[in-house]
Amino acid sequence: MSAGTTMNHSDNGYNFAYLDEQTKRMIRRSLLKALSIPGYQVPFGGREMPLAYGWGTGGIQVTAAVIGPDDWLKVIDQGADDTTNAVSIRRFFQTVADVAVTESTEVATIIQTRHRIPETPLKEGQVLVYQVPQPEPLQKIEPRETETRKMHAYAEYGAMQVTLYEDVAHFGRIAKTYDYPAIVNGRHLMSPSPIPKFDNPKMENNPAIQLFGAGREKRIYAVPPYTSVRSLDFDDHPFEVQTWKGSCALCGSTTSYLDEMITDDRGSRMFVCSDTDFCNTRQAEAASAPDDKAAGEDA
Amino acid sequence: MTVISSAPSMRPVSSGGTSLKPGFADPVFDAQGVFRASLVATAYPGRIVPLDRTFAAPRPFSPATAALCLTLLDFETPAWLDRQAQSGEAASWLRFHCGLPLIDETATARFAIVTDPLNLPRLHEFASGEIEYPDRSTTLVIQVQSFTDGPDTTWTGPGIKESAGVAIDGLPSWFWSDWDLNSELYPRGVDVIFTCGNALMGLPRTIKVEA
Ligand SMILES: [Zn+2]
Repeated sequence: MSAGTTMNHSDNGYNFAYLDEQTKRMIRRSLLKALSIPGYQVPFGGREMPLAYGWGTGGIQVTAAVIGPDDWLKVIDQGADDTTNAVSIRRFFQTVADVAVTESTEVATIIQTRHRIPETPLKEGQVLVYQVPQPEPLQKIEPRETETRKMHAYAEYGAMQVTLYEDVAHFGRIAKTYDYPAIVNGRHLMSPSPIPKFDNPKMENNPAIQLFGAGREKRIYAVPPYTSVRSLDFDDHPFEVQTWKGSCALCGSTTSYLDEMITDDRGSRMFVCSDTDFCNTRQAEAASAPDDKAAGEDA
Repeated sequence: MTVISSAPSMRPVSSGGTSLKPGFADPVFDAQGVFRASLVATAYPGRIVPLDRTFAAPRPFSPATAALCLTLLDFETPAWLDRQAQSGEAASWLRFHCGLPLIDETATARFAIVTDPLNLPRLHEFASGEIEYPDRSTTLVIQVQSFTDGPDTTWTGPGIKESAGVAIDGLPSWFWSDWDLNSELYPRGVDVIFTCGNALMGLPRTIKVEA
């Protein structure tokens, strides 16, 4: 064996980015096939990771197969970089890959995410890795994988349409607000993972590379850059995203996804951006700008 | 828990009296860098994606072909080599560094390594996957003379913003009409990664090509 970086990592008791090279090759081959068949779920032989399922093991395996020493990694959970899940995944990669980390969407070359797509538009070459708890959009309709495989094989998505339309009959609207199914590249029905439907339009024609990893189900899928992603809808009930009457109480944004926060024990509320990097960046820009009207008093 | 890579040897070695060229100097970071380039090439078809490092390739492989093989091939990927690739030092190099089964059947090959594209078998002779598992198809690595000096073609599809002009040199005359037939199989179909010198260009099955 030659000396050098490989040896150093082996000295720590694990390979660079934790996975052994054979597992990385297998995941890498699956990733290339996933990009070649947008929205199709490629089965892969997942490796047991030192984190329980539900902690993003599928996303971690995808990130581990892609990441290199020159990358800048950002990890978000519900839009925030400082939640327990995001912090532990970031620490994991700092430990096993000694990789540079950032909270800036702009600076990051790889962004691993659970439940959100950043508000800041992504660029070519950036890789967005989604943690996927349940990759099969048809699972509620048909629990048997042998059957869902056939449905995808022959693009038999009528049952999914019917299920969504039952909502319209019951509630007068489509009730699903997150993990909203979409047709990728005009062919494969895909679960976007539990992101709010607000984020669905960002997947379409995005310049970045979007990769999805499901650890328990051991599937990988992808949306290549500049690819059509159509959220299911009906002529009389077109797809719509969530909207808010007000703006972010911290940065004044009227275009971002807002979370409701209780601010005191009397139940006072305010709405703030779920994407903390986006919100903080806007607040900093407003603070340094001469005409400081966007930053609210709560900042 | 310890997972140590089973890294192939990096020293030149002797096999049957002749010296084999080395594999990656750094099997972990070289493979990562080359994979990233192949990810970018597949995600943005029609672009010339140069590798940021160079390799001593066994004849008749170009550096990019050799690097791609070291990155993606192993004992799990039955590979088919064209006659020219079999005749050089490449076959024993591949067996040694990738430990892979070399097979004579195009129809069961996970990878096909082509260094003499004018004598390429027709595309339908390779594995196009199963309707329920369209990922189980052949990826062809086709080494070409040039990405810019051949007949003009226009590519459209996922990964391409509007269209891409590509002029690959040295493909057989039937190649693009076979590619149209490959498109008709979608979501089944073969995928291609072209190599030239030290650069890659991806052609996944989703891409429509106007020749
Ligand atoms: Zn805000």
